[in-house]
Parts: sequence; structure tokens; C-alpha cells
Amino acid sequence: MSTSAQAGVAPVRRLGRRSKRVLPGFGLSLGISLFFVSLVLLLPMTGLVVETSGMTWDQFWFTITDPRVVESYKVTLWTALAASLFNGLFGLLLAWVLVRYEFPGKRIVDAVVDLPFALPTAVAGITLATLFSQNGWYGQWLAKIGLEVAFTPLGIVVAMAFTSIPFVVRTVQPVLEELSPADEEAAVSLGASDGRVFRKVIFPSLWPALVTGIALSFTRSLGEFGAIIFIAGNTPYVSEVTSLMIFIRLQEYDYAAASAIASLVLLASLILLFSINLWQGRYLRRLEGR
Amino acid sequence: MSITIDQINKNFGGFQALKNVSLDIPEGQLTALLGPSGSGKTTLLRIIAGLESSDSGRILFGGDDVSQLHVRDRNIGFVFQHYALFRHLTVAENIAFGLESLPKKQRPSKQEIRQRVAKLLEMIQLPELAKRYPAQLSGGQKQRVALARALATQPRILLLDEPFGALDAKVRKDLRRWLRALHDEYHFTSIFVTHDQEEALELSDQVVVMSQGQVEQVNSPTGLYARPESRFVFDFLGHVNVLSGLVKGQKLVQGDAWVSLPGVRHDQEAQLYLRPHEVQLSRSPAAKARLPLRIEAISLIGSEVRIELAPEGWQSDEIWEIGMSHAEFARQNPTRGELWYAVPDVGHLFVADSVQPRTIDWQYTEAANASNM
Amino acid sequence: MAVQNRRIGDQLWVRRSLIGLALAITLIMLVIPVVVIFTQALSTGWSAFAGNVMDEYTLDAIGLTLFVAALTVPLNLVFGTALAWSVTRFRFPGRKLLITLIDIPFAVSPVVAGLLYLLLYGRNGWLGSWLSNYDVQLMFSWPGIVMVTVFVTCPFVARELIPLMQQQGSEEEEAGVVLGASGWRIFRKITLPNIKWALIYGVVLTNARAVGEFGAVSVVSGNVRGETNTLPLHVELLYQDYNIVGAFASASLLAGIAILTLIAKAFVEWRQSRAEHATPEEGGA
Repeated sequence: MSTSAQAGVAPVRRLGRRSKRVLPGFGLSLGISLFFVSLVLLLPMTGLVVETSGMTWDQFWFTITDPRVVESYKVTLWTALAASLFNGLFGLLLAWVLVRYEFPGKRIVDAVVDLPFALPTAVAGITLATLFSQNGWYGQWLAKIGLEVAFTPLGIVVAMAFTSIPFVVRTVQPVLEELSPADEEAAVSLGASDGRVFRKVIFPSLWPALVTGIALSFTRSLGEFGAIIFIAGNTPYVSEVTSLMIFIRLQEYDYAAASAIASLVLLASLILLFSINLWQGRYLRRLEGR
Repeated sequence: MSITIDQINKNFGGFQALKNVSLDIPEGQLTALLGPSGSGKTTLLRIIAGLESSDSGRILFGGDDVSQLHVRDRNIGFVFQHYALFRHLTVAENIAFGLESLPKKQRPSKQEIRQRVAKLLEMIQLPELAKRYPAQLSGGQKQRVALARALATQPRILLLDEPFGALDAKVRKDLRRWLRALHDEYHFTSIFVTHDQEEALELSDQVVVMSQGQVEQVNSPTGLYARPESRFVFDFLGHVNVLSGLVKGQKLVQGDAWVSLPGVRHDQEAQLYLRPHEVQLSRSPAAKARLPLRIEAISLIGSEVRIELAPEGWQSDEIWEIGMSHAEFARQNPTRGELWYAVPDVGHLFVADSVQPRTIDWQYTEAANASNM
Repeated sequence: MAVQNRRIGDQLWVRRSLIGLALAITLIMLVIPVVVIFTQALSTGWSAFAGNVMDEYTLDAIGLTLFVAALTVPLNLVFGTALAWSVTRFRFPGRKLLITLIDIPFAVSPVVAGLLYLLLYGRNGWLGSWLSNYDVQLMFSWPGIVMVTVFVTCPFVARELIPLMQQQGSEEEEAGVVLGASGWRIFRKITLPNIKWALIYGVVLTNARAVGEFGAVSVVSGNVRGETNTLPLHVELLYQDYNIVGAFASASLLAGIAILTLIAKAFVEWRQSRAEHATPEEGGA
């Protein structure tokens, strides 16, 4: 009797567990996340480990230093570098124009920048191949000045640049938007020329984002496959990228060789990914003054 | 419902936000937690609410230990610093949210909820804004909606985090009065966090001054103002003029300046704290003190005149400030650049490393000295 | 120097040449390629286009592609939301690592992604050989395609939600808890309306990528016409067969989805900026 009488006055209470988390759903959401990350992202890596650990070091070394494969590393690296530097320049230009100026069609340009993310890579591949083929819209003009793009490493650069240009624009754009006009005004009022203001005031706050964008663009280009294979011509020792080498080894049912090359590519991309994240964390901290 | 805070400790990483804090908040009172940022006041408020857990110690509501109770079950009202109104719900839906969240058995009928919301809208004087969204409200209106939302479930404890921090001066003043009236009418136990000493002194029944995770002093606003118990509280409650020096022969001496200090032990360091209204200005030194100062600036602030002075022939870390009435100002006519002497009425002496000050009233000591003669 | 410029690069000639250059790049790199897709697809007329699209194998590929997307999107919706909730609403050891881990699919080559699954679940893989004892074969059939598509698209929803939820903070949810709301009620009434548009855009992106994935899918699919051929694989097959018009007809469907994705994004951004710039009314009463 007395307990029920007390229950009438006491506030609602549930004694017992001492919950450290105020918001609900910690266990559930983290549980789902960890389960998913383990199952979808991490578990598949074990297959690669098992496959490559079945090889002797000599086999592994022989596979990854095969001259044709080494040539594919070189081609992939220099084309990816060229494409990401091209994107660094023109991505910065696009971001600048989109943030600083008003002009008719601006919203359309802004929307279209994301097209390479939305367009399937195979579609991009056949489209670029068609445009740059000898009688294509671009190819016939370029042929007149003696420039061949389709079926050459230059085609690889074009495909890589197309698929990864949004990375630069979208990382630089928000930083440009955040720049305070007061800093520029201060510099201009002190008599600095436009070029000097850009170098001394704008570029210092811009370059970390630009580097991040170029690095993301580079990472994406290293792994690109769909857009490249249609335009590259895939000539051994000349225009084969490493992704394609893995694919070719797979079609030869040489899983071990495919795994060996893939483990190298995977390692490189994971290192790139972690470095970019660390780097971003560091410069964000600096910007926020923490 | 009274609140007892019993030896609360809280660490964030390596930073000790609260150090063994104990405190009693009497039922029905409006208590201010006053302190600079980083003093732990907001952390303490969030621990009382249950939004943060303490590393050790207990929180009691009306004698019941609620430390283990989830915030959802503590039945408190909480007003967030930036209001935290649900931006996708209307004003009326915001206010009704708590009632609609009650377990089915306790939940009022839809009809009743609608009536209660209408009543609360009436109380905050915004009945015509029921269908607006938070983004369409001004700061003061948001604040009132946040209060109504917190009060809808009739909590017996109301906690407010910097309730007027984001408002402009005029709205702030109106809302303060309104909150005071509301509190007097409904008599819940309220705690609010502020860094504004004027707000704390004006609004609360009891002020808790906090610094570096500890309680410095607890008192009523008038008691606090009359008897600050530490250097920190002095500094925090407004400007204070300081003479630091050495005690020699019943005097506190530094350079050309001295103040007579009957009955203080010889040869020790001491600081004398004098508040702007506890000092007068005179063209010549008095028998009890010689504090030469040169007038640096004179500013008219509302009902009084504030005079800023720099020490002449002695040193002070901060500029001195003395307040006088307009009548006094007209009579004395001090001018910038002139040399004047400060004459203390009441002072507060901190000797060596003692924490608490000794209050010295020269009028009283003079009278005593006179009668002794 | 006649007039002082307010910000640098505002001189007319600088502005004009930069805008001109930007428009030229956009036109050459982005707009004309899309135009080419459609002109090629329609180069032999509308009826031929319709014939290409209504081709039996094309329809099969469309069906499989939609089926894969229909399975992938809900899975990644749940995962992305759960992940964003856990990393933005709580602090726990390993939180930063978790945020980095979900970027793996962005960094890994699709071919490598496909290979990872092939090695694990293929007949020689340690899990695949065990599964084949029970006559379960995941690779070279639709489950494999779904699995690699989930891998490739899993960051999109989380990546859209995390910055937004971080920026919004958890004060509103805390207010909900103080007011006694249950977890589900807080999510449905407070969180969901706040993240609705980002969530929709995350889904749209996931869908676009799920529909268009090529590299990873081509590794694990058997490329069997009418069975394990998705639309992008079908495009490749037709292109290799020198059926250029047919390839572009299928490609134009995928390009259509891409354009819808861009429109959806523009719409979502417009909604969000409108929500942010809602004007508060002064005074009241």
C-alpha cells in the first residue's frame, strides 16, 4: 500500500543502469556501422591477403616487376599526375569564377560540374572515345594540328581529367566562399597590386584545399578504369593502365598475379587516403585555431 | 524541489572542469551560477540536468538521489543557450512536444494538450504566433517559446543556460523582468548560468560565483556585493582599485602612497581593495591616507560621473576609477590633468596569502580613535 | 587608376576573360560530351532508338540494373544514416578511424574492389569454397553484382549526412531528450526533418552510382547476356560489337539518370539555402 502511495508523489524514475550517453541509439547505430564496415569493407581484404600469402616472395616480386606491368605503373602515374595538375589549374579557375562572378548560366555551370560524378564511367569512356576518334568532333580538328588523343596515353589523361575534375572544384569552392573580403580590402588599401594580393593573401588560405583537391583527383585517377579503357587503345607497354593490367590477369585466370598487382595498388591508394585525411585534419585544425 | 550537489567532480580529457563541487539550492529560489567562461558553470548545469554525467559525486532532487537517473526521467525543464527550438515544427508543435512525449497513460488528450498550449502561448504573450516556424521569430520571441516549451510538462526544476546571452540590451532587460515575475508566480526552483554579474545580481535570490571549477562564494546579491570573500569575487563583480605594498608602522606603504591601517601586523605584504564608490576625492591628503592620483579621463555615465586616475609617485597594475554624483562633481569641479588625493571610506585588506579579506571602515576607526583620545 | 576595385579580379577584362575561359572549358569538357551521347543515340532516327532500347537484351539489362539499385540503395541508406548518427552524436575511441574507413571505396580502384570480392567469395576463396559446399555461388551472378555495388556506393549517404549533422549539432536532439521523447520519436520528429534533403541527395547519388558502376561489376559478373549484364556492361558489349548507335542508345538512358541526378542536387541545394535564409520577423505582437 505504502509503495503505491509513494509512487503517486515521486517523479517518474527508472533506477539502475547508469547511462553515460544522453542521446539514444549509440549501441544500435555503432553496431550497424561496425557490422557493415567489417562485412563490406574489411572482410573482403582477407581474400587478397590469403591469395598473396600463397605466393613466394620471388613469385610476388617477379609478378609485380614484370616489364609490361612496370610500364603500366609509369603510364598510370604520369597520366594521373598530368590529369590532376590540369584539374588543379582549371578546377581552381572554375571554382573562382563560380564564387566571384555573376553571369548568365552560372547555375547551370555549377550543376554541370558534378556531371562526371553522376555519369557512369563506361558512358564517359565511349563518349570521349567517339569525340576524340579520327573523325570525331574533336579528333578531326586535333588531327589537323597533328595531335592524336584517342588510342594514345594522351587519351588516358583526357579520361582521367574528365572523371576527376569535380574533386578540385568542390574542395576549393567552399574555401573561396569563406574568404573574408576585409583581408583583401586591407591589402588593397595598403597599396598591393592584384597579383600580389592573390599571392600573399588569397593563395595562402587557398592552397591547402587546392592540394587536397588535386590529391583526391590523383587518387581517383590512379584507380580509374571504365572511362579509360575505351579511349586508351590499350597497347601493351604504351597505353595500358594498372587497373587494366589487373583485369587482363584476371581474364587469363591468373588470380595470383592479379592479386599481387592489386595489393600494390590497394596499398598505394590506402596510404594516399590516410595521408589526405591526416593532412586535411591538420590544416582544418590550423584554420579553426585549435 | 530543493537541489543538492554533493562533491561533484568532472574531467574532460586532462582538464578538470569541476573540482569537488558541493552546493545547496533551496526550493523555490532563483539561483545564478556566475563565472567567466571556463569556470565550469555550464558543465555543472548540464550535470544537474543529466545531459552530462559526473565522474564522481551525487545530485539530489528533494533528497532523492537522481545521479543514476536518465535526463528523460528527471522531469526538469531546460532552456538551451541557443534555444534549440525544433526548426521543422511550429511554435505550437514545439510547445506541445513534451506533452506528446509523455507515456500513453500520463499523456493528456489531444483536446487538453491544445488547451495547455494555448494557455502557455497566452503566458508568453505570443498567442498569434502559434503557427509560425522558429526561423520566423525574433531572438526574444524564440527565448520565450523555449521557456514555454520547457514549462509545458510542469517541471519543478527549471535550468537555463545563458538565457539572455544572445539578446540585445533592451530585450534582455524586459525578459529578465518577465522571467522574474514568472518565477515568483509559479515558484519552481530555477538555476541559470550567466557570465554577466549585473544580470546575476539583478535577477537572482542567490548567486553562486564560480572560478576554475570551484565555488568561490555563495550569497544573496546584496550580501555578495557587501562582502566579497576573495580577490576573484572582487575582480569579477566590477572595477576595483588596488594599492599593494608593505605594512610598516600601522601603515600600508608603496612609493609616495600610504594608508593608515590600525592593528595590522608589521612587515608583511598586503593589498588594499577599494571599490569606486568607497573612495572620495579631495584636493589635499587626509590624515588617514595619502593617495596622490592624476586625473586621466572623466566620463558621464548615466546617473554618475566616472573619473579615471593614474597613480602619481607610486604604481598600480590597473587604472583607478572613482565614481561621484553629478552634484558632487559640480561642487568639486575636478578637471583632467589635475592632481587629487583619494580618501577611502571603506576598504578590504588582503594580507600576504590569506584568502579572505578584512574589511576596514575608517569612519568607524576614526570615531573610535577620537573617543579614545 | 580611375576606380578602386572592391575585390581583386573585378576588373572588366579579367572578369570577362576568366568567365569566358570557364565557360569554354565547361562547354568542351562537360556539355558537348552529353550532347554527343544523345546525337549518337538518335543518329539513325527515333524509331531506331526505340528499337535499340526495346531490344530484348537491353530490357534485361535495364531490369537487372534497376533490381541491383533497388537492393543497394536501402542497404546503404540504413548504413549511412546509422554511421552518420554514431559519429556525429557520440564521441568514442576509433571514431576518426571509422570516418576514414568509409572513404575506402572512394580511394580503391573499382577493378580492385571487384577483385577483392572475387578472391573472397569466388570458388577458390576461403569463404567461397566453403559456400560452394552448400551450392551457394555468389560470384558471376546477380548477388555478386549487388555485393560489389554496395561496396562501391556505401560512402555516399554517410558523406552527405556527416558534415550537415556535425554543423547542426545535437542541441535539438538533447532538447528532445530533456522533454522526455523516446529515441525513435526524436529521430522521426527532430532529426529526420532536419536531414531530409541531404538524405534524399545521398540516395540519389547512391542510385546514380549503383546504376552506373562498371569496373567492379565487370570483374564479378559473368557477362552473360540476359542474365548478369547490367546496363553499363551492356553498353560496353554493344560498343565492342561495333554497334555504336545501340551502345549510345543504352548510354543515353544512363546519361538521362545522370542529368536527373544533377537536377535533384540543384533542387536540394535550393531547398537548403531557402531554409537557411528564412527571414525572421522583427518585433512581433
